[in-house]
Amino acid sequence: MLDAKIPSGPLDNKWTDYKGHCKLVNPANKRKLEVIVVGTGLAGASAAASLGELGYKVKAFCFQDSPRRAHSIAAQGGINAAKNYQNDGDSVFRLFYDTIKGGDYRAREANVHRLAEVSGNIIDQCVAQGVPFAREYGGLLSNRSFGGTQVQRTFYAAGQTGQQLLIGAYQALERQVALGNVTMYTRHEMLEVVKIDGKARGIIARDLVKGNLERHFGHAVLLCTGGYGNVFYLSTNAMGSNVTAAWKAHKQGATFANPCFTQIHPTCIPVSGDHQSKLTLMSESLRNDGRIWVPAKLNETRKAVDIPEEERDYFLERRYPAFGNLVPRDVASRAAKERCDAGHGVGTSKQAVYLDYADAIVRYGKIEAGKAGRVDVPMEEIITMGKQVVKEKYGNLFDMYNKITGENPYEVPMRIYPAVHYTMGGLWVDYELQTTVPGLYALGEANFSDHGANRLGASALMQGLADGYFVIPYTLGNSLADEIYSKAVETSHPAFEAAEKAVSDRINLLMNIKGKQTVESFHKRLGKIIWDKCGMARTKEGLEEAIRDVQALKKEFWSDVRIPGSINEMNPELDKANRVADFIELGELMCVDALNRNESCGGHFREEFQTPEGEALRDDANYMYVAAWEYKAEHEWNLHKEPLVYDVVKPSQRSYK
Amino acid sequence: MEHTHLNLTVKVWRQKNNQSKGQFESYPVKNISTEMSFLEMIDVLNEELIVDGKEPIAFDHDCREGICGMCSMYINGKPHGPWQANTTCQLHMRAFKDGDTVVVEPWRAAAFPVIKDLMVDRSAFDRIVQAGGYVSVNTGNAVDGNSLPINKDKADASFAAAMCIGCGACVAACKNSSAMLFLSAKVSHLALLPQGEPERHSRVLNMVAQMDKEGFGACTNTGACEATCPKEISISNIARLNQEYLTASLVADK
Repeated sequence: MLDAKIPSGPLDNKWTDYKGHCKLVNPANKRKLEVIVVGTGLAGASAAASLGELGYKVKAFCFQDSPRRAHSIAAQGGINAAKNYQNDGDSVFRLFYDTIKGGDYRAREANVHRLAEVSGNIIDQCVAQGVPFAREYGGLLSNRSFGGTQVQRTFYAAGQTGQQLLIGAYQALERQVALGNVTMYTRHEMLEVVKIDGKARGIIARDLVKGNLERHFGHAVLLCTGGYGNVFYLSTNAMGSNVTAAWKAHKQGATFANPCFTQIHPTCIPVSGDHQSKLTLMSESLRNDGRIWVPAKLNETRKAVDIPEEERDYFLERRYPAFGNLVPRDVASRAAKERCDAGHGVGTSKQAVYLDYADAIVRYGKIEAGKAGRVDVPMEEIITMGKQVVKEKYGNLFDMYNKITGENPYEVPMRIYPAVHYTMGGLWVDYELQTTVPGLYALGEANFSDHGANRLGASALMQGLADGYFVIPYTLGNSLADEIYSKAVETSHPAFEAAEKAVSDRINLLMNIKGKQTVESFHKRLGKIIWDKCGMARTKEGLEEAIRDVQALKKEFWSDVRIPGSINEMNPELDKANRVADFIELGELMCVDALNRNESCGGHFREEFQTPEGEALRDDANYMYVAAWEYKAEHEWNLHKEPLVYDVVKPSQRSYK
Repeated sequence: MEHTHLNLTVKVWRQKNNQSKGQFESYPVKNISTEMSFLEMIDVLNEELIVDGKEPIAFDHDCREGICGMCSMYINGKPHGPWQANTTCQLHMRAFKDGDTVVVEPWRAAAFPVIKDLMVDRSAFDRIVQAGGYVSVNTGNAVDGNSLPINKDKADASFAAAMCIGCGACVAACKNSSAMLFLSAKVSHLALLPQGEPERHSRVLNMVAQMDKEGFGACTNTGACEATCPKEISISNIARLNQEYLTASLVADK
């Protein structure tokens, strides 16, 4: 059932060969072909813009009030590219290798190599669009390092890289809207995929302002709808981020791959109370200069600044001297959890570690003094100068921390704790980004393909834009070339009729429950089950329990949820209920997947499978495959395995020591 | 963190849709932790309203970390509330005192019609961008990113303008409902970079024309926009916009 369609030939020629031989659609025919793009983040906006430029008739959908709001906008740290501008030994192969290793050998070689190959083009394209990346005084682009690498290949725009890249893609998209190549549907949510003769031929979308359902035809449908981190309720995702579009596709036959591969990001602001609605990330770039530590003593009550150097445990530097504070996210998160579980946590909840900038401030202050040719500068002045440098590099992040916590991170160390941030799993796609439903594609975080069991920092932006700008324009043409004789289907077709009725029935069902409990309360309970049992550490017993709990929660939801208001109006509670209903079903599948995978790898840590030092213990003999789940019936899935073949990289135990 | 709990009265603008007439409603909210964000306080109130069988307050929000630009509440007479350089989602309840009455309204501007309660339609901003807020390059083999060095100060100034999140607080703060700060940020972002040069003149003329068409008011330099901007976009961008507009009007080949 799973054919990844990986081109033959040597790894570094595959993409070039593919591009040289894939089918093309001539410009006159492109005008007759309609493409639906759902979601307008980096992947969706770049795809919609690029396909519009090529001449396809594109319809793009987003649930927000403008495509510029998509959650890609919140990515802070940067975007990787194998430019080797720093002359520090970077290359396409290194970026490829780091990504495969960082993903703990659970990603597909061919896809990742292609990603590394096009990474440089992304930077060039963005610069050409006017994305204001950080620059050096000589006018050239600046780079910094990120976790899991030993080179500086991350391009950035202060702590707002995602914002700048998304605005670049958004502007390219709006240009196509102005030219009439793309029709934009804002405040619209996709609620069903319409299939005709086994192929995806359109969607049912709900106008969130008026509440009515709409039918839209497309020769192909692209889902660029992001990840499903909000299944945990508390995550760094935006409030509206959801799995609904991907889940509808799944129920229409698209297999869902590696759903248990979720990323817990080590540097987030800790939870402050039950009222918490979301978590805020502090960029991984902070680990460039900040040092992470906990008090060495148990039950420490002194303030951070009063704890002397020798009584601090810089646990990442201690455990992983080679990478230190820049180990990959999964490793850093687990190490922080281990210290907190051992009783060394800080703050009122004791579920936090320190991220300290005191050393960096002094170091930068001394460099500034040196630049000015000054010796014997008083420490106070060095600190003032150092704070200025830190402010320039990370000012917006420090301000954000200050607003949320009321503490000044220039004076006291920040408190951080891991939080759900990204989902590596997603719709299974082949080399062409096509799901198991012909004509239905998944791009960006919505697919599973490039990050294996753990994503390296600054790689999500790279993947979203690679898929949208440089991959789909080729691979979509390869199948649309066969569609030039297919006329647009009228939306009065029975398949559209039936799909709309199914959506309408489901909405009516939800509205008529008229129970007692709010949507939000169900979402919170789901999040707690998944975080406790399928979060940073998982066990067989815990997962089995979680499956039972989620099934029970589903029953309760469908018999006791209360949704106020009515259908044919703006009704945010109804929108949320649609999404939470799907999250509940996904939650069950995540646990099923985690239970099936009797090994630890990347973000998936089964307590039963670890080395004596507490590192993830993979089982390559039995689990070196992509787990792609096919929906059968309620609580029932078929597992399809795509074996992962490593022709170039030799899988080994990941070591960052 | 040390925190206390507050009891407040929230006076909110309620409006069923853009056809109906709205009115203020007052609601008591109790036991609000000062660690909560303003939107979390509204969440608490909404949960209570739903349990009581009432309609929750509709409001726009998404990232809740001050970058998507979706949240848009006019709180106690100020867009995004009392804090400087801040969005509604990042406003925390530490800003209020026990017993306060907090007045919450939607953005008020003819070009931003109310959709429901606190939600407004800001699609006018998208149409202004469609009029020219981009560099006309197709995806393809752009030249190497380092082939064109850009003066760091210019790149930084361009970035400072590009930080605009398109929330519309500048319009809401302005007594004329002018969109000049928003527009000037986009014009400056691109005019300061060599990539923006070829379309420099047509861009500013077309974007200004679209802004006027959308029904935004004129700028009378009160500076309310700059004072309220969550990203501290400088009013000097408006000076640059005026200069760009004048130059373009004189030289452009229309």
